[in-house]
Amino acid sequence: MFITSLLSGAIQCGTSVLYGIYGETVTERVGVINLGTEGCMVVGALAAYVCTYHTKSPLLGILMAAIGGGVLALLHAILVIGRKANQLATGLTIMFLGLGLTSFLGQQYVSVSIDGLSMIPIPVLSGIPVIGTALFNQDILVYVSYILCPLLCYLLFKTRLGLLLRATGEDEEVVFAYGANPKLLRYIGVVLGGMISAIGGAQLAIAYTHTWIENMTNGRGIIAVALVVLAGYHPKKAMIGAYIFGGAQALQLLLQAQGVHISTFILQMFPYLFTICALFFASRKKVQAMPAELKKIIESSANS
Amino acid sequence: MKKKIWKKLMSVVLCGAMVFSMAGCGNTGGTNSSSEADSSAKTSSEKTDSKKTTVGFIFVGAKDDYGYNQAAYNASVAVEKHFGDQIQVLRQENVPETEEASRALEQMIQKGATVLFPTSYGHLEPAMDVAKKYPDVTFFHQGGLKTMDNLGTYFGTIWQSFYLCGIAAGANTKSNKLGFVASFPIPQVLANINAFELGAKSVNPDATTSVIFTGSWSDPALQTSSANTLIDKGIDVIAQHQDSTKTIVELCEQKGVYCVGDHADASELAPNTWLTGAVWHWDDLFIDMVQTAIDGKFDGSKYDGKYRGGLKEGVVDIAPFGKSVSEDTQKKIEEEKDKMINDDYNPFSDEIKDQKGNIVCKKGQTLTIDEIESMDYLVDGVIGSTK
Repeated sequence: MFITSLLSGAIQCGTSVLYGIYGETVTERVGVINLGTEGCMVVGALAAYVCTYHTKSPLLGILMAAIGGGVLALLHAILVIGRKANQLATGLTIMFLGLGLTSFLGQQYVSVSIDGLSMIPIPVLSGIPVIGTALFNQDILVYVSYILCPLLCYLLFKTRLGLLLRATGEDEEVVFAYGANPKLLRYIGVVLGGMISAIGGAQLAIAYTHTWIENMTNGRGIIAVALVVLAGYHPKKAMIGAYIFGGAQALQLLLQAQGVHISTFILQMFPYLFTICALFFASRKKVQAMPAELKKIIESSANS
Repeated sequence: MKKKIWKKLMSVVLCGAMVFSMAGCGNTGGTNSSSEADSSAKTSSEKTDSKKTTVGFIFVGAKDDYGYNQAAYNASVAVEKHFGDQIQVLRQENVPETEEASRALEQMIQKGATVLFPTSYGHLEPAMDVAKKYPDVTFFHQGGLKTMDNLGTYFGTIWQSFYLCGIAAGANTKSNKLGFVASFPIPQVLANINAFELGAKSVNPDATTSVIFTGSWSDPALQTSSANTLIDKGIDVIAQHQDSTKTIVELCEQKGVYCVGDHADASELAPNTWLTGAVWHWDDLFIDMVQTAIDGKFDGSKYDGKYRGGLKEGVVDIAPFGKSVSEDTQKKIEEEKDKMINDDYNPFSDEIKDQKGNIVCKKGQTLTIDEIESMDYLVDGVIGSTK
């Protein structure tokens, strides 16, 4: 029972972050860092909520979220790729822009209700003891997040487009010499990344909580950016990062409900403590995994 | 050369974007001038009218959250209606509990405000900074424990309502396990949890309350996770102390678990599982406070200091009962409410033990308002940890 609660809690708390990691992984693979992932997620949350409210169709809501997140990411792309603005400063601005804009535009949607996505148990699989209900009695966006992992791996590592995208992140001159347009590839990577992140916001708003409220992502996008490093810039390991965070969150809530005598303040730090510990053990190896173009960005930002 | 120009242009654009986004963060909703229906010409002539008192309200969240902010916002509308042309009302939503609040208050003063309502607990420090600078402006702060010459605090003894809600919860639970999704373990929140448990125990000695602190006033995902965790434990009534209550109330309806609301009546969101809720009725209090300030009688009035209103003063109450609350229970609750109003009955009296078994209230003793507002323990029967 405890294990089931913990697992299902980990998935529920982790899924939105997982989408953020997927999105930011794609972005960073083309050599761009988007600290505005939080902004893309919150835009996705509002877009999905508003669209679902008006059209009664959660699927259109998800589509709208992807478009909204994509547009915000495109703005980031135009500034940092087209105009070579500082990526870290622009990313932060994009984040605040997303948060501010959605608080403003979303005001009248705080009190409205939607039906949204509900839990769909998968026959047979959801009957597996202990893990069945945790893994296979979730909403459709959770299932999509399972499938997205192999899909992204395939896209990045098995297709020509994926090769070009990754090459852009490693050395744009090689891509240029090869005859492809590294700028265009970067735009594709950043916008695609923003779209995927935004679906994480949509999951929060229309699947998990059925609520819109300003700043509802509450830093999950920022954590996602940190967890990309932990996942070694690889979609394969994104789930580990997301579920460490989500699992720690679920664990602390469970412990609170059990009435353990640990300070709530310490319990509430669990997700961040666990993430920091995981980063500590992972980071030495992971520096090598960082796309070379990204290294340049970080170094130039640090020196300027 | 061309590159340099671009760089400069870029920095300008970025600065602009930054300022815009900051403004977006802070000023969401904008500072709504009151008389929206009036023609703009009339409004501008009114602004210069020196006899008119300008009253400013800042809120930490959005006005439609079925919660704390909606309750205060509605009262600001009542103030506006009551005084009509006599006053001008300024409002700003989503003001964080930081320097931002000081800035928002100062902006309102620059627009002529002489009466200000910082309505969130954490607005106190920023408001005190501003109050020091502007001794002629009167401040009414919601929920604070500190006061100044020109800053009084007001609040309601909402724990009285939570005691009554606890009775409804204790009478309706089948598993004898109640849940409470709280924000931070601060005294006001702890008092509500304790009162809820005492109320439940008064009709159901076996009732326990499991509490989860989310560490946030409004994080819907954490609220959902917390409520799910409690439901998984077999809990069948969930109460809450959050700024926005919609998420949990709707979740309870969906999962078929009884719910107790907070701040505002949200019964329409859970027609089947709503029991009742603790609600604020700020309207008359706000109107009286503004009247006192307009008359220049703030100094020495009951609002100059710490003002606390309760069921008796009509500042707090309970929401209408849901259909699951039996007539017997309703009668019992009305009786208790009557006792609190007419006999000054205080549920924090007689022998009360905390979680560790220490006696926090002796036989025959009644806790004072100050003692209740500085609670740092959970009473026996509450499952959870404070610090």
